[in-house]
Amino acid sequence: MKKINSTAIVLNIENIDTDQIIPAKFLKSTNRDGFGKHLFSNWRYDDEGNPKEDFAFNQFESESEILIAGNNFGCGSSREHAAWAIADYGIKVIISSQFADIFKGNALNNGVLPVEVSQDSLRVMMKYFSKHKSVKIQIDLENQVLKAVDQDIVLHINFDIDPLKKQFLMEGISDIEYLIKQEKEISKFESTHKL
Amino acid sequence: MGKTIIDKIWDQHKVKAVTNEVDVLFIDRHYIHEVTSPQAFNGLNQKGIKLRFPSRTTAVVDHNIPTKNQHLPIENEQSRNQVETLIDNCKTHGVELFGIGHEKNGIVHVVGPENGLTQPGMTIVCGDSHTSTHGAFGAIAFGIGTSQVEQVMASQCLLLSRPKTMRVEVNGTLGKGVTAKDVALFIIAELGTEGATGHFVEFSGSVFRNLSMEERMTVCNMSIEMGARGGLVGIDQSTIDYVSSKVGVSNELKEYWKSLNSDVKAVFDKEIILEGSNIQPMVTTGTSPDTGINITEKISASVRNSEKGLNYMGLHESDSIMGTPIDYVFIGSCTNSRIEDLRQVAAIVDGRKKANDVIVWVVPGSNEVRKQACEEGLDRIFENVGFEFREPGCSACLAMNEDKIPSGSVCISTSNRNFEGRQGDGAKTILASPITAAASALTGKVTDPRTYLN
Repeated sequence: MKKINSTAIVLNIENIDTDQIIPAKFLKSTNRDGFGKHLFSNWRYDDEGNPKEDFAFNQFESESEILIAGNNFGCGSSREHAAWAIADYGIKVIISSQFADIFKGNALNNGVLPVEVSQDSLRVMMKYFSKHKSVKIQIDLENQVLKAVDQDIVLHINFDIDPLKKQFLMEGISDIEYLIKQEKEISKFESTHKL
Repeated sequence: MGKTIIDKIWDQHKVKAVTNEVDVLFIDRHYIHEVTSPQAFNGLNQKGIKLRFPSRTTAVVDHNIPTKNQHLPIENEQSRNQVETLIDNCKTHGVELFGIGHEKNGIVHVVGPENGLTQPGMTIVCGDSHTSTHGAFGAIAFGIGTSQVEQVMASQCLLLSRPKTMRVEVNGTLGKGVTAKDVALFIIAELGTEGATGHFVEFSGSVFRNLSMEERMTVCNMSIEMGARGGLVGIDQSTIDYVSSKVGVSNELKEYWKSLNSDVKAVFDKEIILEGSNIQPMVTTGTSPDTGINITEKISASVRNSEKGLNYMGLHESDSIMGTPIDYVFIGSCTNSRIEDLRQVAAIVDGRKKANDVIVWVVPGSNEVRKQACEEGLDRIFENVGFEFREPGCSACLAMNEDKIPSGSVCISTSNRNFEGRQGDGAKTILASPITAAASALTGKVTDPRTYLN
């Protein structure tokens, strides 16, 4: 992942928990794939399985790779299925003012970039992109900048990311590959470890 | 400058620093269960590698299993498949499994401490956010995603950024009818569900010193509901006595454990100070665990209580929460399913009858808890009052097994989350302590437990 240039889906709800992102009834699989169709299932579909018109995912451009969501996104359960569902749907970047810790880690481990902006910036973005659904936002990971230019808005926001996570994302390295390579040091540590 | 218990345990487990921010952290104990482990085992198998330290891993089945007739095959095919997959994976990788029906089976966060596997000073992880429960023993314990489960299986380590630290001190004493669950709901209402994000929390103060180990587990369990990466309580005689009653502990180890406590001059990134005497029995009013109010208060549409949440619950601003009719009572979950919880419930309901139209499930946290309850005659008390006393499991906490609350029904629950649909599609959850749930079961409406305490 280096650059994303996409329209956004705006989900103006705070404290979205992972039970909403993927309800527990869909966690019975033993594989990582196919969760995208159940993303936000209870909000996205009615009891007969028809799309609910008032839900953001049924109103915005379905090929959007960016999700803008309210504060404290991904709280609650540690289920990585939430990150798998988001990635499988095709979302590559989530913009919010704060992410829950476990979700943030899960997202990064699945190549989904959580971008934190201030509450004020988030408010402005939600308002603007709710009305201008075809305007694209550019995310430049290398330079850690979020940009958008349109008739009535110029966005240029620098965002933070842990340097190691950034390097891993840029170079496509996974945590597990790195850890397996530390085998000698880990074994040495374990052999003298007290507990 | 002094060090916190969090910093001390962290430093004892640091294999190496990768950058200024990120360390390779060694994990002492890994708990796994059927829902968040299969994809991790698949990953190992695809890479052709084995579990690095199988003796540091323990498996249970809890999320998916029925709490009735556990001796029969699981009816739901997908649930059965997940459970069977775990059995196969444990066999292949040499992991100890407390399977369905095993005398040591139960909810992962009840079983670990009960068997002396959870010990002070450890780093403990599990693919479950309520792993923070084990922090009650003065351990760094936290929930992880499945990619991290695979990392721990492969290397017994994780790549982690050093956490910020927070101390939540609750001083004074608790009033009659005020329990550890009320303390948890009170702190969460104060901090909000994002109030401790990025932090590990040390719970301290006289209220925590006076809590039993089981009560400490209840509060640490809900650390995640304040956004914390984990929460713990310092190591004292109660901790040492509990662990010593489960496994042999050398004097040297006891001294080591005590040395891990926060130094007097330890500096935390954030400090919160609260008064125990201000806490009353708490019940939630919305669809987020931070919407708890004192049971005698009126419902308010505060910052925490979104209109969306109140609408979902069918509750209205400035109504009393007390007296709200309920359809179901769930006493169980990794928050409140231990023997002390069941004893408290039994003491309230002994010799009485449940309200006619209310369905009450009491689900012990483990087979060991169930056995103990039966030895003490609690099972008969529950049966006489009209409660169903079930077999152990996560049950109605999360709507993954047969125990679901029907759409539109209100359940007063001793579990940890009142999210929309958490206990079943369209189910409405009111979180409360075991004694508040028990008192409410007798009346069929949200009831102050103090009514039933002499």
